[in-house]
Amino acid sequence: MPRITIREAISQALWEEMERDPKVFIMGEEVGVWGGSYAVTKGFYDHFGAERVKDTPISESTIVGAAIGAALTGLRPVAELMTINFAFSAFEHIVNQAAKLHYMFGGQLVLPVVIRTVSGGGRQLAATHSQTPDVVFAHFPGLKVVAPGTPADAKGLLKSAIRSDDPIFFIESATLYQSRGEVPDGENLVPIGKSKIQRPGDDVTIITYSKMLEISMKAADQLAQDGIEAEIVDLRTLRPLDMEPVLESFKKTNRAVIVEEGWKSYGVGAEVTSRIYEEAFDYVDAPIRRVAQKEVPLPYNRTLEQFALPQVEDVIQAVKEVL
Amino acid sequence: MKKEEYVDLFHQMIRIRLVEEQASILYQQGKIGGFLHLYIGQEAVSTGLVSARKPQDRVITAYRDHGVAMNCGIPAKVVLAELLGKTTGCSEGRGGSMHMADVEQNFWGGHAIVGAHLPIAAGLALGDRYQEHDSVTICMFGDGATNIGYFHEALNLSKLWGLSVLWVCENNLYGMGTAVERASAVSEIRQKAEGYMIPNQRVDGMDVLKVREAAEKAIEKVRKDKSPYFLEIQTYRFRGHSMGDPERYRTAEEVKRWQNKEDPLGIYHKYLVENEIATSDELDKMEKDTEQEVQDAVQFAESSPEPATDDLFKNLYVEME
Repeated sequence: MPRITIREAISQALWEEMERDPKVFIMGEEVGVWGGSYAVTKGFYDHFGAERVKDTPISESTIVGAAIGAALTGLRPVAELMTINFAFSAFEHIVNQAAKLHYMFGGQLVLPVVIRTVSGGGRQLAATHSQTPDVVFAHFPGLKVVAPGTPADAKGLLKSAIRSDDPIFFIESATLYQSRGEVPDGENLVPIGKSKIQRPGDDVTIITYSKMLEISMKAADQLAQDGIEAEIVDLRTLRPLDMEPVLESFKKTNRAVIVEEGWKSYGVGAEVTSRIYEEAFDYVDAPIRRVAQKEVPLPYNRTLEQFALPQVEDVIQAVKEVL
Repeated sequence: MKKEEYVDLFHQMIRIRLVEEQASILYQQGKIGGFLHLYIGQEAVSTGLVSARKPQDRVITAYRDHGVAMNCGIPAKVVLAELLGKTTGCSEGRGGSMHMADVEQNFWGGHAIVGAHLPIAAGLALGDRYQEHDSVTICMFGDGATNIGYFHEALNLSKLWGLSVLWVCENNLYGMGTAVERASAVSEIRQKAEGYMIPNQRVDGMDVLKVREAAEKAIEKVRKDKSPYFLEIQTYRFRGHSMGDPERYRTAEEVKRWQNKEDPLGIYHKYLVENEIATSDELDKMEKDTEQEVQDAVQFAESSPEPATDDLFKNLYVEME
C-alpha cells in the first residue's frame, strides 16, 4: 500500500469522485486558479475547468447556500470553507438550512452536499483563526459531521460523503495535512458513522479523533515503554456518534481518557463521558479524565499557544491518573 | 389570453383570500399553532407572477407562502392540512405555515429565515445552468430581506456568474412593524439592484395583469440573457404581520384607504366586468363555488390524521443508521 499524506488522500478522493461522476463539482474561495489555500485542489482547475472548480467571492453564506440550491437540483457540490472560523459566517446555512430542509419539508428536499473545512490551532494565527469548534456543528440533528485522523480514513470517508444523499460537514485538521499513512489502492469507501480502534490495548481506553489521534498515538507509544497498553478509539464521525467500539473497549479496560483539541466545556469529552456513565456505569473503575484545550481565546505567542493546546505529556499524565 | 385564463386568475385570487380568512378563524379557534402570516392584500403579486412562468421554472419564497403555494398548484386542502399539522399536509405536518413546498410543482418553499433562501435560489439557478436546463428561478422575498447580507451576496453572485434568477421584492411597505424608510437607506428598493448592474423595474402589485405582464417579460428576458432581473412589486398587506399584531406602526385609516381603493380583488373584478370578459353574476357564482371548495378543504384538513409519534425521526436523514 502506498504511504501518502492526508493532503494527497483528500485530493485523490476529490479527483477520483469528479472523474467518476460529472455531477460532482467544487466551489469555494481560492479553490481554482490558486489551487486551494491548503493546495488540496492544485491542478484541478486546469484539468476540470472553471465550471467544475468554481472560485467564489468571499461570501461564505452564499457558498454554502448556493451549494444547497445546486444540490436540490440533483448535483453533488463540494463546498469548501477556507477555515472553520469562517463557517460562523455561514452558520445559518449550515445549521439552519442544510441540517433542516430534508426533515422540515417532509422528506421532499434532498441535498447531497459536502461542506469541507479546516479546523485546529497550533500555527500562530491567534484567536480568530485557530479554533476547533467541531462540536458546535455536531450539536445539530440533520447534519452529519465527519473528522478523519488518518490518510486512509480521510480518503475513504470523503468519497463516502460525496456519494451520500445527506448534508455532510467534513472537518480536516490544519496541522495534519502532512501526516503520512498507508492508503489502500483502488476503491475504498469508509462508512460514515463508524468509530474504529486504531491501536489495540488492554489497560486504558483513549477516545479521540482528528489531530488528537496523532497526539494520542504518540502518547500510547511512550506509555508502552512503561508497559502500559492503551487502546485508542478514533470516533471519525461526531454525528451520528458510534459508541459501540468505545463501550466494548471500556468494558475491557474499565478506564478511559478522552482527548480533544477544542475546549473542554460542553465538548466531545463531556458527551462521551456521559454516555459511558449512562451505558456502562458498572464497568467504571476510575473517574474518566478529559484532556482538552485550556479555555482561552488561543494566543499568538508560540509558548502560550502550545501551553494552551493539548500535548502528548497531558495525555500521558491523564492516563496515569486513571490507572 | 383566453377568457378562461382571465377568469382563472380571479379564481386563484379569491381562493387565496377565502383560504386565508378560514386560516384566521382556525387560528383563533386554536387549531393552528405557531405563527400565521396571511397573504390577504398581496394576492395579485404571486398570482400574476406564477401565472407567467413555464412548468420548468422554479418558485421559491419567504414565510408568507400560502398563496404562492396554491398558485404553484398545491391544493387548498393540502395547504390547510399543513396549517393544522396533519400528515396530509405538503410537509407532512413537519413544516407548518412557513414551510410549505411541493417539488413536483416546482415550488421549493416556504423559507422562514429572512433572506436565507436567496443564496439557495442562486444555487437552484446554478444547478440549472450546470445541467443546461432552460429554467428560470423566481425568488420572492419581502422588503425587509433587502437589508440582510444574504441578499447582497446572492445578488452579486447571480450577476457575476450569469444565473437565471428573477429576483422579486414584494414591497408591502413594512418589515414587520418597521416602515421601509425607517430600515433601508434606499426606499426605492429596486435601486439596490443597480449596485449589481441588474436591470430592474417597479410594478404596481395590486393589479394582477400588470404583475403578469411585467413578469412574463422579465422571465423571458432572464431566460434569453442568462442573467438576473429584479422586480420590485409594490403591494400592501391588509392584515397584521402575523396574527396578534397590534399594528401600532400604522393607522386604521391607512389600512382602510388601501382596502377601499386598492383591493386587488376589487380592481380585477371591476376590470373583468367593465371589459365584458365576465359578468358580475359569473364572478359571484365563482366566489360561492370557491367558498364551498374551501369549506370542503377545511373538512378534509380537520378529518386528516395526526402524525404518529413513532414517525418522529422520519426523514431526519436519507441514509439512516
